[in-house]
Amino acid sequence: MTAAPAYGPALDLVTRVRGVRGAMLVSGDDGIVVAEQLMEGIKGAAVAALASSLAARLRRAMEAAGVGASQFWHLQCDQGGLLVVPAPSGVLVVAVAEPDVNVGLVRLELLRAAEAVG
Amino acid sequence: MADEIKRLSSQLAQDPDSLVFLRLGELLRLKGQFEAAHRVALTGLERHPHLADAHDLYARILADKRDYERAFDEWDMTLRIAADHVGALKGLAFLYFKVGDVGQAVAHLEAARQHAPDDPGVAQALALAQGGGPGAARAAAAAADELAPAVAAAAPLEESRVFAGLEGAQEGLLLLDAKGQVLGGALKDPHGRDVTDAVAAYLAGVSHEAARTAKLLGLGRWTGVAAEGQLGHVHLTPPAGDALLLVVRDRAVPMGRLAIIAQRAAGAARRWLEQQA
Repeated sequence: MTAAPAYGPALDLVTRVRGVRGAMLVSGDDGIVVAEQLMEGIKGAAVAALASSLAARLRRAMEAAGVGASQFWHLQCDQGGLLVVPAPSGVLVVAVAEPDVNVGLVRLELLRAAEAVG
Repeated sequence: MADEIKRLSSQLAQDPDSLVFLRLGELLRLKGQFEAAHRVALTGLERHPHLADAHDLYARILADKRDYERAFDEWDMTLRIAADHVGALKGLAFLYFKVGDVGQAVAHLEAARQHAPDDPGVAQALALAQGGGPGAARAAAAAADELAPAVAAAAPLEESRVFAGLEGAQEGLLLLDAKGQVLGGALKDPHGRDVTDAVAAYLAGVSHEAARTAKLLGLGRWTGVAAEGQLGHVHLTPPAGDALLLVVRDRAVPMGRLAIIAQRAAGAARRWLEQQA
């Protein structure tokens, strides 16, 4: 697990939630990892690229649909999920979670982390 | 279709970076306006050079114009960007049939079947090719049919046929195929404007990317995407195969209730898709 010192506390907010396997900050523009705290075996760079691409598609679709920019999204899967909150700067705060995680709590911590990141 | 082309052209003029060019180029191609489709696809490619679907669209137009060499290059590029792009695999299979390389054609169709097991065109072409002898020629014809789907197939179906009886079936429910083509439903923005095609174009490929992300993370099969917007909520569900169901509601509808609405709509969409197979 590696995270730049300034971003560590923001990621700590997310990773301390039970059931979270890791968290990362991703540049929303190009899908590059800014900081990460991931469990071994998770391919951070690839996940960052795909999360960024999905976020861009969702953002444009939601804006076209007239519901405004995405504030939080959750990719739900059989064995867990990916939860994402865009920070005001465009950085994406991303959490990888187990299936039985408290989604509401992760969402709150992602929003707090996004606020801290700015 | 003419009105749709006009509307999409207008949208593209207002936002040249928009992915609406994919839908516009396809509609022009289906209408037989190959030169216009060619221009739209090429301009789109200049702005989105790393978009696999853009290369796939361009390849189909080139194939329609019988420029098979360049079509091959474009589908090859598509696969370099997205190795499991079903459209490109089918396109290359078609070209291999054209030059009589049945082995390569079947290999590409097999690869396409792995990623799109419910695609009837792939199954039909494979069945014919594996019959041997004159079957290879018939398989080429089947693959060619897949490359040039009927114009009617691109037209949205009456939503009553897909979402009959569901809450909000007249607006806020949309069923798409993997390429962002509308199968049923419609969307209007809060001002009452029809935004069906724009939203569909942006969502093309979401199903594929969600599946890739889930696979990469070892999270199994993806079952949905729930998203909160400033003014409303959306829920995406894969009802079957590569199809994608979108449900949109304003923020007054809680996310949990939206998930229930999406589940019911997915059931209806799944039944309808099975009937079409």
